[in-house]
Formats: sequence, structure tokens, C-alpha cells
Amino acid sequence: MARYESLLAAVGDTPLVLLPRLSPSEHVRLWAKLEDRNPTGSIKDRAALAMLAAAERDGLLSPGCTILEPTSGNTGISLAMACRAAGYRLVCVMPENTSEERRLLLRAYGAEIVFSPAAGGSNQAVAVAKQLAAEHPDWVMLYQYGNPANVEAHYRGTGPEILRDLPTVTHFVAGLGTTGTLVGAGRYLREHKPDVQVIAAEPRYGELVYGLRNLDEGFVPELYDPDVLTGRFSVGSADALRQTRELLEVEGIFAGISTGAVLHAALAVAEKAAGTGEPADVAFIVADAGWKYLSTGAYEGDLDEAAARLEGHLWA
Amino acid sequence: MAVTVSIPTILRTHTGGAKSVEASGSTLAELIDNLEHEHNGLKARLITNGSLHRFVNVYVNDEDVRFTGGLDAPVSDGDTVTILPAVAGG
Repeated sequence: MARYESLLAAVGDTPLVLLPRLSPSEHVRLWAKLEDRNPTGSIKDRAALAMLAAAERDGLLSPGCTILEPTSGNTGISLAMACRAAGYRLVCVMPENTSEERRLLLRAYGAEIVFSPAAGGSNQAVAVAKQLAAEHPDWVMLYQYGNPANVEAHYRGTGPEILRDLPTVTHFVAGLGTTGTLVGAGRYLREHKPDVQVIAAEPRYGELVYGLRNLDEGFVPELYDPDVLTGRFSVGSADALRQTRELLEVEGIFAGISTGAVLHAALAVAEKAAGTGEPADVAFIVADAGWKYLSTGAYEGDLDEAAARLEGHLWA
Repeated sequence: MAVTVSIPTILRTHTGGAKSVEASGSTLAELIDNLEHEHNGLKARLITNGSLHRFVNVYVNDEDVRFTGGLDAPVSDGDTVTILPAVAGG
């Protein structure tokens, strides 16, 4: 049944669709899980709602209270939707090198934005948010990088949905950001099918984003559990863009740029499986659709020029 | 032929500002030892207590070496090794 008691109840249970043209053969198949079908158009609705629900259960939230979150965009947009419905004020700390659409959407949902410097990317957003949290002890920071409810949302939702819809799954591929999707869904899948390969596709940005002052400013999310993963690939913006366009041209799926990075890794493992003659069912995550990236010029013109335009942007 | 090693901004003080250098070795550990000859001090930035620094990620042809053997990960002539500091996503 597709009837829900509220918008929030409509999160999850997203379609898993076969890619008949991009799959290497009838025995090695690629399946896209369309997380853009969530209420605000991204997979982050799952984690955002789970974190809010956990905070409400723990008695941390009261009407009119202020929630604070470091985000490169999608988590903030999800929280903004839920906060508007629940009557909370939301302050997002977002790196200044993110797409214009993300800012417009956050403001449309009524969130306030505090910008963090482009150099250092999301590391700086985390640092600024922690500073704001210290200055405003009455604000509640949900902190997606360390909040167990983020992993739990994927352990209870994304993972079981994939196994239910694709019991023959052999590989699970997703983007690595907070690590919540991979650790949560990956853990569930490996508990039920220990041989499942769990592959991370990590965006590789331009140099600006890695502009730390020293290595000790580096950051690994508290949620990260490398034991759940079986492989991790770094995917640059040109490869991510190429596969984003391929997915649109060949299969008609209009995905965001991080999905191109995920598809790049998914195709690599699928082609490896095809080479060994083993059957494989590779499920990968489409984290969001392309709408929020149109202004970056990602979908038109020369590929290398489009990749150059993304240099310095946080595109995942 | 040799292995091409891409150096992040933060470590270029050891390579005279070079973005990418060449080195040789059959494992990552050998490669780093070889790099140390030409670029003094680099090894100590990459390795602490016998393993890769917590906030350093190393990729051989885009694959994270922590899943392919760590410092024992094989490298071959023509490979590209990328060194990056660990940064947040999301």
C-alpha cells in the first residue's frame, strides 16, 4: 500500500531497479536503489529522521528548540523538512563550496546557514559546528558523523530492503561520507550473507578540499567501522561525471554526481565478476537525483571542462 | 618505468613543492623507503608505530591499501599511488 499517515512516514522502501543495458551480462547484473524517491530527494532522509526520533526519545528536544548540524547539504535539507514539521529551529553549518541549489533549498525549508571556509571542506564545517555547540550549550547537535541512529537507520531500513528485494545480492556499493549507509546496511547484509562484498566509493575532490594545516586536522567519522567493508575506492570528479552522464544516457536515470562515483566502483566490481565467470548481483545506491547540481554544468558540454568546473566543489 | 606517487599539498614541503614524484618498490613499504631516500622526512609523516598514520589514506590505482594488504600491498611499475589526508564527507 502506498498510503501514509504523514510525509515522514513515507521515508524509505525505495525502488530497486535493474539496469538492463549497463549490466555486463544476464548473469552479472547491476541494480540501482533509488534513494532520490525519499521525501526531500535523498538518502539522508533516513538518517535525519532516525536521529531526530532518537533525540526525541531521549528527551533532548522541546518545542521551539534549536538544532545544529554540520552538513554539506543533503542531511541539512532532510533535517530542515522534519524540523519545519515539528516546529524546531535549524542551524546548518555548510562549507561555502557547495552548490547554489543546496543553499536555496535549505532556505526554502526555513533553515539558517552558517558558512564554513572552503579550504578543508567538511572538516571545517565539523570544527565550526563543534565551536558553535560549545558557545550555545542549549542547542542540540545531532552530529551525523558520530550518531549511532544514523547507522541504525540503514541497519533497520536500507539493508533489509536490499536483502528482501534481491536475496541473491553478492555486492553492495555505496558512497562514503558519514559512513552511515555502508556501515549500517553493510553490517546487516554481511550478518545475513557473510560473503557479500561491501564496497565504498569515496569522492576525490580538488586540492582545496584537502587543504588542512596539518595531518592531525584529518578526520575519520566516529561511526566508521572498516571491518564491515571489503574494499574502498577513491573516485575523481572526471570519472564520477562520466558515469553520471552514462547512467542518464544509457538507462535514463538522472542522478547526482556522487552516484556517478558509486557507479564507477560498481561497474569495476561487476566487470571483475564477469571476468571470472561467477554470477553476481551488484546493488548500488543512488543517493540523490541531479536537480541540485544543474547549476554546476555537470550535465552538459565537454566532460573535461565540466570536471574542471567542479574542481574545488564538494559534489558528494 | 616507475611508480608515480601523487603528493598532497600538506606534504609537499618534503618534495620541494612537487605535486607528483616517481619511486620504485614491489610493496608500499618498499616504495615509502625508496621515497624517503629522495624526500627526507616523508616516511615519518606517513607511518607511525609501524602502520599508516590514522589520518593518511593511500590508494594504489584508486584502491585503498588498507583493504589490499596495508604496507604490504603490492605495487608495480606503471601504477599510480595517491596519498591524501583523511577528510569528512556527508
